[in-house]
Amino acid sequence: MNKFLRIQETHPLTWRLRDDQKTVWIKEYSEKYGYQALRKAIKEIIPENIVNIIKDSGLKGRGGAGFPTGLKWSLMLKNKMSLDCRYLVCNADEMEPGTYKDRLLIEKIPHQLIEGMILAAYALNVSRGYIFLRGEYVQAEHVLKKSIEEAINFGYLGSNILGSHFNFELVLHTGAGRYICGEETALLNSLEGRRANPRSKPPFPAVFGLWGKPTCVNNVETLSNVPCIILHGVDWYKNLSKSSDCGTKLMGFSGKVKNPGVWELPFGTTAREILEDYAHGMLPGSFLKAWQPGGAGTDFLTEAHLDVPMDFIHISKVGSRLGTALAMAVDDKTNMVSLLYNIEKFFSRESCGLCTPCRDGLPWIVKILKNLEQRKGHKNDIHTLERLCINLGPGKTFCAHAPGAIEPLQSALKYFRCEFEDGISIKTKDINQQIVGIQSNLS
Amino acid sequence: MSLKFQLTNEEINEIEKHKKYYENFRAVSIEALKIVQKKRGWVSDQAINAIAEILQINSIEVEGVATFYSQIFRQPVGRNIIRYCDSVVCFLTGYINIQIALQDHLKIKKGQTTKDNRFTLLPVCCLGNCDKSPTIMINEDTYSFLTPESIPCLLESYK
Repeated sequence: MNKFLRIQETHPLTWRLRDDQKTVWIKEYSEKYGYQALRKAIKEIIPENIVNIIKDSGLKGRGGAGFPTGLKWSLMLKNKMSLDCRYLVCNADEMEPGTYKDRLLIEKIPHQLIEGMILAAYALNVSRGYIFLRGEYVQAEHVLKKSIEEAINFGYLGSNILGSHFNFELVLHTGAGRYICGEETALLNSLEGRRANPRSKPPFPAVFGLWGKPTCVNNVETLSNVPCIILHGVDWYKNLSKSSDCGTKLMGFSGKVKNPGVWELPFGTTAREILEDYAHGMLPGSFLKAWQPGGAGTDFLTEAHLDVPMDFIHISKVGSRLGTALAMAVDDKTNMVSLLYNIEKFFSRESCGLCTPCRDGLPWIVKILKNLEQRKGHKNDIHTLERLCINLGPGKTFCAHAPGAIEPLQSALKYFRCEFEDGISIKTKDINQQIVGIQSNLS
Repeated sequence: MSLKFQLTNEEINEIEKHKKYYENFRAVSIEALKIVQKKRGWVSDQAINAIAEILQINSIEVEGVATFYSQIFRQPVGRNIIRYCDSVVCFLTGYINIQIALQDHLKIKKGQTTKDNRFTLLPVCCLGNCDKSPTIMINEDTYSFLTPESIPCLLESYK
């Protein structure tokens, strides 16, 4: 987090961060109004009203999909069955290429997340929660372990929290490396000790989740927003934003920029503002060719889209997704086919292999892109890529992995088609003339 | 005659400790694999059977889990695991030169182990350090803003 004036009123997620980059432990967190929201909630607010407050605040899921959090929570409450056993899961399996926000929140200000989880558990009548942390985040694991212990010692976790009848136990679970674990239902399977294959929906986790019990899965950043909403109210939270999406968002720019980083900004800040004012523009001698708004699974945009406000609605209007809102800048010297080859190799490697379009389609895309990169492409390759984009698109596969994978590809084909055409081998350009015989299988 | 494979008491205690956090024993399988691997570097067939026994599930199911997750090794590896991030931001900032420097210095390719068993080289998905790329992980330590020139000196500190 780079140094900018951060105050509680405008930067609810990051104002507590220390300039020396060290972790804010419980003592310092408490001095900076930490756990005040929890005290307030347990004394003054009944659980149903917390759900209503979150609903009214307009908080949307910060994991990338942007599903309204209050709505997700209210689905849990609708399910009156098995009120005695239900779960809250924090999705801390951050592995989207180009995304580095949850790591910051966990490592630097872990108690904000823990307080958010306790509040969510109180609102949803949950007595056990899990933090599903990515296995590679070793530093984050140490920080969370220590923080959970601190919270237990201060009476914020365990039985009869703050003298109430509310009990909540928090368990840290670390993964073992697979991108698909970040998918809500695959995460649940992984938590149950199975291969992380997604589950079919419906039933949704709110009805049938972890071990068949009602389960709510929220991202780290989403849960970190909860304490400040409870403490300062809905109107304040809505006014933070410059657009119809409420609150602030951790946004950033990485790639070929002078000052890559992550900043807490109001929704509706334009990408140009982030790129120029915060990331200090492109590196000397390079120009912006394309950018992805929020992770490897979002459509590329060009310089023409830099003035679009960064929020869920505006970014989708120009044909991409806000995703995690951590943008990546591609410079003019980068070949888009090589870049796509890298991105699709990642998605191919991380396919869980459950459904055929994803398991077979992604390696096929990788093979074509490799040929195009080496200028050995076939005349029909671009057409095949376009067909694959349709056949791996939304609704054709079991989960959102493949549809996410083809988003950068379809947008690159739209904006940078000539670079793909450059990869077609001259030898195959006139392939029609090489076919002999009346029938194709008659040699 | 080979001795029967046995988990150490320490390993068993650690696995047993985790059982109480979940509704059933199966959920401990990933953690159990990690516990065993931490002590032995990798997970052998016999270790799979031993874990299956302690968790009271089929060994095929433990095997299914062990082969799914990238951090579980089913073959021996070196004493130090180097994971270089090969995702898109590190691609832009030049992970390929880091990979080449690592390969040249260690005289191995990705997925291989050096002859002296000192290092194993593996790619890894985005390490969430994109604002400090290119980045690699050696065992549990993360290194950022790397240059190919910094590699030999960095590796020297790992014996």
